[in-house]
Amino acid sequence: MVNISVDIASLKLKNPVMTASGTFGYGEEYSEFVDLNRLGAIVVKGLSLLPKEGNPTPRIVETPAGMLNAIGLQNIGIKAFINEKLPFLRQFDTPVIANFFGDSIDEYVRAAVELCNASAASGGIHALEMNISCPNKQAGWIVFGTDPKTMEQVVTAVRKAANLPLIVKLSPNVTDIGFMAKVAENSGADAVSVINTITGMAVDIRRRRPVLANNTGGLSGPAIRPIAVRMVWEVCKAVKIPVIGMGGIMTANDALEFLIAGARAVAVGTASFTNPQATVEIAEGIERFMAEEGLSDINELIGSLKSI
Amino acid sequence: MYRYFKAAVTGNSPVNRFFKLLSIYFPGEIITPEPGQFYMLQTGHTYDPLLKRPFSVFSHECSNAKDSNESSVTSNELKTKDKDLSLSSESSLQFLYRVRGKGTLGLAQMKAGDSIQVIGPMGNGYPAPEGDFIAVAGGIGIASLLPFLEKHRNRAYLFYGAQSREELVMLEKAGNAARETFITTDDGSEGRKGLITDVVKEFLNNSEKGSDKLSVISDKLKDKDSSLDSSLITHHSSLPLYACGPAPMLKALAEVVKGRGVKCYASLEEHMACGVGACLGCVVKTHSGQKRVCKEGPVFDIGEIAW
Ligand SMILES: Cc1cc2nc3c(=O)[nH]c(=O)nc-3n(C[C@H](O)[C@H](O)[C@H](O)COP(=O)(O)OP(=O)(O)OC[C@H]3O[C@@H](n4cnc5c(N)ncnc54)[C@H](O)[C@@H]3O)c2cc1C
Ligand SMILES: Cc1cc2nc3c(=O)[nH]c(=O)nc-3n(C[C@H](O)[C@H](O)[C@H](O)COP(=O)(O)O)c2cc1C
Ligand code: FES
Repeated sequence: MVNISVDIASLKLKNPVMTASGTFGYGEEYSEFVDLNRLGAIVVKGLSLLPKEGNPTPRIVETPAGMLNAIGLQNIGIKAFINEKLPFLRQFDTPVIANFFGDSIDEYVRAAVELCNASAASGGIHALEMNISCPNKQAGWIVFGTDPKTMEQVVTAVRKAANLPLIVKLSPNVTDIGFMAKVAENSGADAVSVINTITGMAVDIRRRRPVLANNTGGLSGPAIRPIAVRMVWEVCKAVKIPVIGMGGIMTANDALEFLIAGARAVAVGTASFTNPQATVEIAEGIERFMAEEGLSDINELIGSLKSI
Repeated sequence: MYRYFKAAVTGNSPVNRFFKLLSIYFPGEIITPEPGQFYMLQTGHTYDPLLKRPFSVFSHECSNAKDSNESSVTSNELKTKDKDLSLSSESSLQFLYRVRGKGTLGLAQMKAGDSIQVIGPMGNGYPAPEGDFIAVAGGIGIASLLPFLEKHRNRAYLFYGAQSREELVMLEKAGNAARETFITTDDGSEGRKGLITDVVKEFLNNSEKGSDKLSVISDKLKDKDSSLDSSLITHHSSLPLYACGPAPMLKALAEVVKGRGVKCYASLEEHMACGVGACLGCVVKTHSGQKRVCKEGPVFDIGEIAW
């Protein structure tokens, strides 16, 4: 028997493959393609206190081996999520991680509290993932996750208010991601997710305009994988808390790069768009690789990178 | 899984210098597509192009179709969720497409024998008409409307506009399936020179006034009965409309039908990443909030769209 279960804070995952926020809807969209019981965890689309309309279209454009998205964090709001989406997710024996965000520290705290209260009342949410790649309206719209001070304040405040395991999802749009991870750890994060999308832009040369209505967007997909692997590696060296690696994972071999570099778990995003069964196929592939390599426990693999 | 399968390319031939017809085959059971639904097609075998692209089902043939309840494959999920779905085995699907960019260029390079991953059928499709109807096609929009015309033979007054004669792809096939066909081209190389929505407007105005003349019927289709039956004229202006074409055409059509109290359905296009309702890339603003073109659409009540 090969053990591929992993622990992230108090969460027990059957396997290390989670869905990446915003690429798997609220779970039900892919339930026709994937047995949700076979996922390590389901991370839902980013939630805010109130429903959010998001950006005008075009919101997505394909780029070489990747895509830019500027969805603008459209979501149905925490209340509707709890009432309309969570009951469906409760049927499955898979931890649900609620990704959330706000545009002020106060809003982050209130969102986290609302999610924790809902979980305390009737269960169904097993951890929070905090998306800090959002601008802070009280500080000149500087992105929380790119300024260590603001990041420390917001993570500390949420940590104090929230009693569920807290994962902080780091922005890659920084100079030293290891340092930012350390700030998250010191502010009370139980784990970090690395990486969110990398800001990019595409230009329509005939119309002399940005392709996306929002001008810029977040780059995801295989194009960002080497950057993501490097960042996961740097973060793993900087912190002791578990690291969840993501960015361009398309196959089991890609996921293994992250695990070997030190990630305790991985999340699969854009790959679900091209292959709706990518998540479970990657989990199966990891198990197969371990058997081939004669490994019995995934922990033998995690962080097994040999330094030269 | 019924809605995700790996098919075999059986043909991919040019229709003319703008359009190609892709044929694929899948031996197992799939969900029988309805006109107006679409598939997400793999367009390459590397990471560039990466995402699948949406294409309307142009034709579907199968050896046998049955209700999902009688299916030999048991999928409880499918049965409980979509009771009225029918399944087909040994399906051949065709897609009519025009090369635009990277994805469609990749598709154009596929050869018989290649494998192709397919998600679908997705979306809602056209609601069934109760009797006669008006169909408005702009360019490649005919790909989505043609199976609808064929399902409801001799019921449609088809208005078909394109840039030029060559771009009126499948004109004969469409004309044969329709009661009557009205043509425009931007360059005047076929039918009337101008916009198809102007002709639709004229038709609706004329039939309101009881006049039966419109001089935009294609030469090729002239041998068919081309004068409108005047006993029907009054009710032409109340027929439901079904439209597929570029956004400016649909927008103009929305103006034409505004205030006339007729039903008008439009199939919209948006850039898509997932095609299954998960990424929120394809939304359109409607008077009742944001809707996903891939899930709540692609066919919408045109009056619902907040242009
Ligand atoms: C529901 C639906 C059904 C469709 N059915 C057909 C069909 O039957 N036959 C056919 O030829 N085309 C169809 N299309 C359009 C087709 O999906 C696009 O032409 C294709 O995705 C372009 O991909 P590309 O990589 O070749 O072009 P790109 O290089 O991505 O873009 C080329 C041009 O196409 C536009 N474009 C990109 N994606 C889309 C899109 N999803 N919809 C519309 N325009 C887009 C871009 O803005 C640009 O102007 C359909 C689109 C939708 C949404
Ligand atoms: C369409 C889309 C929507 C996303 N929405 C969110 C979101 O709401 N919250 C979040 O933290 N990350 C979001 N992400 C980022 C992903 O969760 C992930 O970090 C990133 O895409 C890198 O992984 P990938 O290359 O496997 O997609 C989104 C990504 C995409 C492509
Ligand atoms: S294409 Fe992803 S939601 Fe429609």
